[in-house]
Amino acid sequence: MNLFVIALQITLSLNSFEAFQKAATVMRHPRCLNCHIPGDSPLFGASGDVHPMRVKRGPDGEGTPVMRCNTCHQETNSEVLHGPPGTKEWKLPPPKAKMAWVGLNDRQLCRAIIDTKTNGGMSHDKLTTHMETDTRVLWSWNPGPGREAPPMSHREFVGLIRTWIEKGAACAPSTK
Amino acid sequence: MTEFDVNGKRARFDDDPSTPLLWVLRDSLGLTGTKYGCGIARCGACTVHLDGTPIRACVTPVARVQGRSVTTIEGLSSDLSHPVQKAWLELQVPQCGYCHAGQMMTASALLAKIPNPSDTDIDDAMSGNLCRCGTYHRIRAAVHRAAELTRKGAKE
Repeated sequence: MNLFVIALQITLSLNSFEAFQKAATVMRHPRCLNCHIPGDSPLFGASGDVHPMRVKRGPDGEGTPVMRCNTCHQETNSEVLHGPPGTKEWKLPPPKAKMAWVGLNDRQLCRAIIDTKTNGGMSHDKLTTHMETDTRVLWSWNPGPGREAPPMSHREFVGLIRTWIEKGAACAPSTK
Repeated sequence: MTEFDVNGKRARFDDDPSTPLLWVLRDSLGLTGTKYGCGIARCGACTVHLDGTPIRACVTPVARVQGRSVTTIEGLSSDLSHPVQKAWLELQVPQCGYCHAGQMMTASALLAKIPNPSDTDIDDAMSGNLCRCGTYHRIRAAVHRAAELTRKGAKE
């Protein structure tokens, strides 16, 4: 039996909230958390320091009128160590739906992600698709030189998200 | 073949489309006013405009500017008549001067989008342009002066 089959069996044996809690280790990783911020300045690197250069979210999540995200960030990663990372639509969530996750415990994070009032209006299907195909989510597993990827494979992460949603999208431990 | 406009003239580049725009401007087109600073978009010395918005030419693949309009420091004006050029001369802003092509390009984009910027607007726009000589106080004063010159010019 190969490792993927074992991982799949473990994922399927989890209840909904257990699957979410495992997936949350990805969502709390700097590759995700650095842009899912409550304030207006994105975070930076593994340490989560405030992005230098006074970078701000701006009115559309793509920066201020003169310092746009794509002033520096391209549609691909810089191949140079310490060069700017990049992928298509490199930007923060817009100010009207910040999708902020910093400082939330598992239950709070779960509710923030599942509630259409705080997740940018995403249905369960759209949420799964976002985690599965969004270029910025996929970028986390291809973050460019010098940056760490999240602590599991993208396939494993999507499996956990699917298990969480298909078993009821629970945001609290099972009482059974 | 990558084709784009630079300072109002058509330019063509027939080589690797991932070549940084900075090297196309400097080495292929001879526009050496735009400077190489850090090479990783951390200092702003290489700032040019792409359709009026600042970009860092050192990390921008030339393919990104296909069919679009690039403005370099040479394109602000040929006779030093741009309000930013006038203000920079009047207040003697540069010290060594190396970063100031980038500073002036960001300042001119700022004034085109926000004609009467506050100090906060200036800080938000200009904080990605570093100056090792520390001329920041004169840069801020010159942006205000250029805004003033633009308003006076509009009234004349």
